[in-house]
Amino acid sequence: MTSGDVKQLVWGAILLALAACVPLVANGYWMSIALTIAMFTVLSTSWALFSGPTHYISLATAAFFGVGGFLVGTGMSDYNTDYWTMVVIASLAGTVLAFLVGLATLRLSGVYFVIFTLGLAEMIRTLVSWIQNNFTGSRGLYVLTDLGEADIYIHLVLVAALVYLAGWWIARSRLGFAMRIIGNDEMVARHVGINTAFSKVILFTFSGFVASLVGALIAPRYTYIEPNGVFSPELSFIVVIMALLGGTGRLWGPIVGVIPFALLQEYINANYSNYSTLVLGIAFLVIVYFLPHGVLGRLEETWAKRRRSTW
Amino acid sequence: MDIIITGLLLGGTYALIAFGLNLQYGVARIMNLANGEMIVLGALAAFWIFVADAISPILTMLIVAPLSFFGNWLIYRFLLRPLVRRAKNQGQLEVDSILATFGMAFALVGIMVSIHGEYYTYSYLAEPFEILGETFALNRIVAFCFAVLIGAALWLWLYFTRTGMAVRAVSVSTEASGLVGINVPQLSAIAFALGGAVTTMGGTLISTFITLDASVGVVFTMKALIIIIMGGVGDIRGAIVAALILGLVETAVARLIDPGLTLAAAYAIFVLILLFRPQGLFGRKPS
Amino acid sequence: MVETSLVLAVQNVTKRFGGLVAVNNLSFDVSRNEVMGIIGPNGSGKTTMMNLISGALALNEGTISLNGRYISRLSSHEINRRGIARTFQLVRILPSLTLLENAMAGMVFGHQRLWGEQARHEASKLLERVGLGGQQSVPATALTYIDQKRLELARALAAKPEVLLLDEWLAGLNPTELQEGIDLIHSLRDEGITIILVEHVMDAIRSLCDRCLVMAAGAKIAEGRPQEVLSDPEVIKVYLGEDI
Ligand SMILES: Nc1ncnc2c1ncn2[C@@H]1O[C@H](COP(=O)(O)OP(=O)(O)OP(=O)(O)O)[C@@H](O)[C@H]1O
Ligand SMILES: [Mg+2]
Repeated sequence: MTSGDVKQLVWGAILLALAACVPLVANGYWMSIALTIAMFTVLSTSWALFSGPTHYISLATAAFFGVGGFLVGTGMSDYNTDYWTMVVIASLAGTVLAFLVGLATLRLSGVYFVIFTLGLAEMIRTLVSWIQNNFTGSRGLYVLTDLGEADIYIHLVLVAALVYLAGWWIARSRLGFAMRIIGNDEMVARHVGINTAFSKVILFTFSGFVASLVGALIAPRYTYIEPNGVFSPELSFIVVIMALLGGTGRLWGPIVGVIPFALLQEYINANYSNYSTLVLGIAFLVIVYFLPHGVLGRLEETWAKRRRSTW
Repeated sequence: MDIIITGLLLGGTYALIAFGLNLQYGVARIMNLANGEMIVLGALAAFWIFVADAISPILTMLIVAPLSFFGNWLIYRFLLRPLVRRAKNQGQLEVDSILATFGMAFALVGIMVSIHGEYYTYSYLAEPFEILGETFALNRIVAFCFAVLIGAALWLWLYFTRTGMAVRAVSVSTEASGLVGINVPQLSAIAFALGGAVTTMGGTLISTFITLDASVGVVFTMKALIIIIMGGVGDIRGAIVAALILGLVETAVARLIDPGLTLAAAYAIFVLILLFRPQGLFGRKPS
Repeated sequence: MVETSLVLAVQNVTKRFGGLVAVNNLSFDVSRNEVMGIIGPNGSGKTTMMNLISGALALNEGTISLNGRYISRLSSHEINRRGIARTFQLVRILPSLTLLENAMAGMVFGHQRLWGEQARHEASKLLERVGLGGQQSVPATALTYIDQKRLELARALAAKPEVLLLDEWLAGLNPTELQEGIDLIHSLRDEGITIILVEHVMDAIRSLCDRCLVMAAGAKIAEGRPQEVLSDPEVIKVYLGEDI
């Protein structure tokens, strides 16, 4: 470890500690926004760990997130299981699912992968709704805990710490180097001895684990879990937009997109809720045509140019 | 029997939609994920004009086709062509076009929601019609017949005209076509526009017997993709068979199990195909 | 020639692309420390043969073994770990990585698994050796085509391979560069690396190869010492019009 590496760790720890202090100053409205931001920060950052280097656009976030939330709901309502037990079970189930999906989709790339992951969430959603409507009766899924938004927020900050630490470690490990090579040229990656399938599955599984953990941890916020809500494909798209908007080139890139986009969405939903879909569309177009490397990539380019010109 | 005929009738329209997407992907090499929204646009137009002036959807179809052609041509020329040019490799173009067409899809949904946020409910030719002693809705049969007509016209165009031949050449090899003097960018634009127009017409036809709404496009995009992948990219015969299979399976699942599971069934087919025959039903194993 | 031990054995290998038989029932052996050339007209299946050895393509029939162990069912990363490294006919560098990282890529995961300071040190020595010294942190895209080829060689050598596959690595070099390249390959051979090279440059074949194999339409039409093979009437017929 170089001194630069340590410095990054220290800075990261300080910032996370500051983030953990938000509940001390934020009131109900801002607490709720902070919670949303924390949730998307974790989701987009872990999404970018896999999709950043490989350029595989995964839309499976909603599938794993939904599995997390749904299992906590069923476990608590239908089987009277304790919340924390269900959090563990749900995130394990999400991890196993992510591992299997990862194995199955290895050979797919580009649009095939996109559609596979999008369809996965949709299929699980329709299946779960169907099972619920036909077999488990109309009893709703309640997640009743004494956790407030501030508590949930703290849980998510802890998960964020875990994700950032993992990202920091990966960037310095052989795994991270392997992912960069895979992102450049998968054929070369295989020919320098990288088990590309293994590396991709590991990272995909990790991001699936994080998404299902987040789904489980955030469940108490909604109290009432509806499959159509937790498996909503919109979540996957928002995660993609936020991560790409910030930039996936660096570990802290996604949060640069998460904060402004979450605030924008909050504003739009409050004032022009009919236009929320249009905003998603425009966001995608802005990213492709104006910010192909995200806000961060754009800033880095400008800095590099300025440095050259002042030379 | 009833299921089989209804399934085949549905499959016919699906085949037309997949034909449109196949044309776009095969020639312009862009997987248009806003394809489903073109369908919904066709449906919206039919609904709107029918409700306002009681004009037959069939007539509407003839009006929207050129509009959609022009609109898609503009999209290709001004939004997609720049991506083709800036892409350093096929992978980058793929990612860019996925994101861009998703963006268009969402933007179109947003616009359509603000035009009409509810279901596009209208009733056209909802009369019984008897085949082999069983009754079917006349609108399904009319839609099927028009789908076949349009498909046949397209096929004739592809196989018996100069432009059609050039289009097929580009779909086989972009580079080689460029070398023999085919104007690849122009043909790609035409194919993209034509594919979009066909898809929109398919949407108008579908709206006569299925009630759509603004947000349902993505489901049709998935169906069209499933058909293309199942049939094998660029394989028209395969796509027709795949579309009929999808129509049959969906109808069977809806009738025998639960209408809520049609999407899950379509997707299950897709997963099986991807896992076991990624080259399509009739395709050779890729090397 | 002294009897040497067998390193790579290709036996009755066939590869089909649909109806096209790109490699047709081909067999040959390569001994330790030998330089084996593969020549043949365009499209005769040379690159395909290299792809079969490196695991980039799966063969339809036959076997390939390295040091007596079958490798023909292994995937390319496993084959690389067993000690076979290669360059590509159409250069494949890692564009968003620096030169040092490009060279390191070859040694971190494969045959020799170095990491950290040691890997950086070894990689910079290799860059020096292929003539790219002092440019470690330059992005790989800044290189000329020829330098990209050097970089690819550095990456392949980084694996400390037992067998090195070079697919037209000398193509496109000017006479001075060609001589340097030939000297470099000579020195690799002196270090004990077994080399299989595909070439159209006949001077290189003559001065480098112990033996060479001539392919036409996927099949072997001659095999032996370069001088003998290149004067074989059938080989001349295949190459008619080409400069040998
Ligand atoms: N991936 C592939 N799919 C289909 N056909 C292929 C593939 N790779 C090679 N071929 C075909 O196999 C034949 C042999 O090609 P190969 O690249 O091995 O020739 P080569 O001897 O290396 O030629 P050159 O001297 O031009 O490099 C050619 O007809 C080529 O078109
Ligand atoms: Mg070759």
